[in-house]
Amino acid sequence: MAILKIKNLQKHFGGVMAIDGLSVSFEKARVTSVIGPNGSGKTTLVNVLSAMLNADSGIITISNGPDLRKCAPFTAHFYGITRTFQEVRLFEQMSVLDNVLIVLTERNVLSAIFEKHGAYHLQQAKTALETTGLWSKRIELATNLSYGQRKLLEVARVLALTASGKSNIILFDEPFAGLFPQMVKTVADIIKELRMAGKTIVLIEHNMDLIRELSDHLIVMDAGKLLAQGEPEEVLSRKDVIEAYLGE
Amino acid sequence: MEYAYQLAILFCIYSMLGISLNLVVGYTGLLSSTHAAFYGIGAYATAITLTAYGVNFFAGVALGIVISAGIALAIGIVLNRFSGDYYAIVSLGFNVIAYSVMLNWHELTRGPLGIPGISRPSVYRLDFSSNFMFLVLSVLFLVAVWLISRFIAMSSFGRVLKGIREDEAATQAFGYNTLYFKLAIFVVSASMAAVAGSVFASYVTFIDPSTFTVMESVFILAIIIFGGLSSLKGSVIGALILVLLPEALRFAGFPASIAAQMRQVIYGATLIILMLFRPQGIFGEFKL
Repeated sequence: MAILKIKNLQKHFGGVMAIDGLSVSFEKARVTSVIGPNGSGKTTLVNVLSAMLNADSGIITISNGPDLRKCAPFTAHFYGITRTFQEVRLFEQMSVLDNVLIVLTERNVLSAIFEKHGAYHLQQAKTALETTGLWSKRIELATNLSYGQRKLLEVARVLALTASGKSNIILFDEPFAGLFPQMVKTVADIIKELRMAGKTIVLIEHNMDLIRELSDHLIVMDAGKLLAQGEPEEVLSRKDVIEAYLGE
Repeated sequence: MEYAYQLAILFCIYSMLGISLNLVVGYTGLLSSTHAAFYGIGAYATAITLTAYGVNFFAGVALGIVISAGIALAIGIVLNRFSGDYYAIVSLGFNVIAYSVMLNWHELTRGPLGIPGISRPSVYRLDFSSNFMFLVLSVLFLVAVWLISRFIAMSSFGRVLKGIREDEAATQAFGYNTLYFKLAIFVVSASMAAVAGSVFASYVTFIDPSTFTVMESVFILAIIIFGGLSSLKGSVIGALILVLLPEALRFAGFPASIAAQMRQVIYGATLIILMLFRPQGIFGEFKL
């Protein structure tokens, strides 16, 4: 069942068409990976889906709900969408623990001031940080973490949100980039567990082995357009995909 | 001893101003330079209600809070359209407007003539007209401002404010309508500045617009940058040093002909040296 649908989506920056008439859908409880050469519009797609950018035209719907194309950035969260960033975006001068707690806090001003679920949120944050191996770093400032740890902290935030039931659709923008093998395994395992838990995953990745290992469905973008989609092995063996993306 | 009481009262007033501004600048990362406007609004609200209508001091304080909060809400909505340096410049513009209103609305503020004869408060048998008793009252207000600010800073709300400071777009991506959070802290901060203004008006018993200029906002900003951004303790230490340092330099033994100038030079040099070697301030955890 498609939980997230995009129809004829367009987004341009000046004279560059980053997304050009894209129509795809994302199935519930499946990992849909998006690949494509640099500049093909993958990150723009994630930015549009997470409402950090508004598309120029087209329709984005979640479970036949309202059109999200022109939503304010903070509304995507209320439709269960969360994300990681290609260029890691942490709250640098805040502790590792606070970086996770902040995604769990009540969104309403008064509720945030008189927070009633502090202990519960702390437990959720602890679980997320233990899963990613960062609990021992909880009092460190985020800015002092290594690159790999920073990537893991972004994943921990997503984990905490999904565990709290506030997120059902997760957009991972190159979560494995720059990670050493043990960390790659940790993140891959987390993505598999999220899928098992019924979460919908959109994964942008360049590592073909991981794409094959994790993906249920594969979308290939080129110059903002849909080049191919389908079963990963089938798509990756197509000649036009190999020429456009793999360059062989 | 009276001299010490007076300095301590000033320290309390500037601590309140520093703490409240730090909530906006240090915790939320909004470089507001309009704090003296709210300080003045609180002072005038109290002065006018006390002298023209003879109401209770605490009612004057409450009125100052309400008026400052209302104006801060309106200004905050406009300021939300700006960020970074532009935010600082536009907020400075509001201070200029507020000063001009205080200077030119003669019917209400008496303009440059100022408002004399502002009484000091008394509650039942407690009379705060002596400097010592007024110091006690000032300390009570300072403690209240400190406790409220500490509660805010330690709350989940305070964590979101820091998130806005660090990366507003990412904070929004996690579902926060940051406009409401920024408006809320701006209004709270302005209300606290109004309290400081009320205390100041009652303390000096005479106010005129010259106290509430842009330079006063810059001075309050200097207090929190000196003491440390995103640190309540830093705001208090900053106020302590910047209020007392010029007074201490009175006793430095400079010849009378150059004493005033030398005090300014040393005062300025101290600020520059601190910024060179510790740009986050004495207790700061964040630098602009």
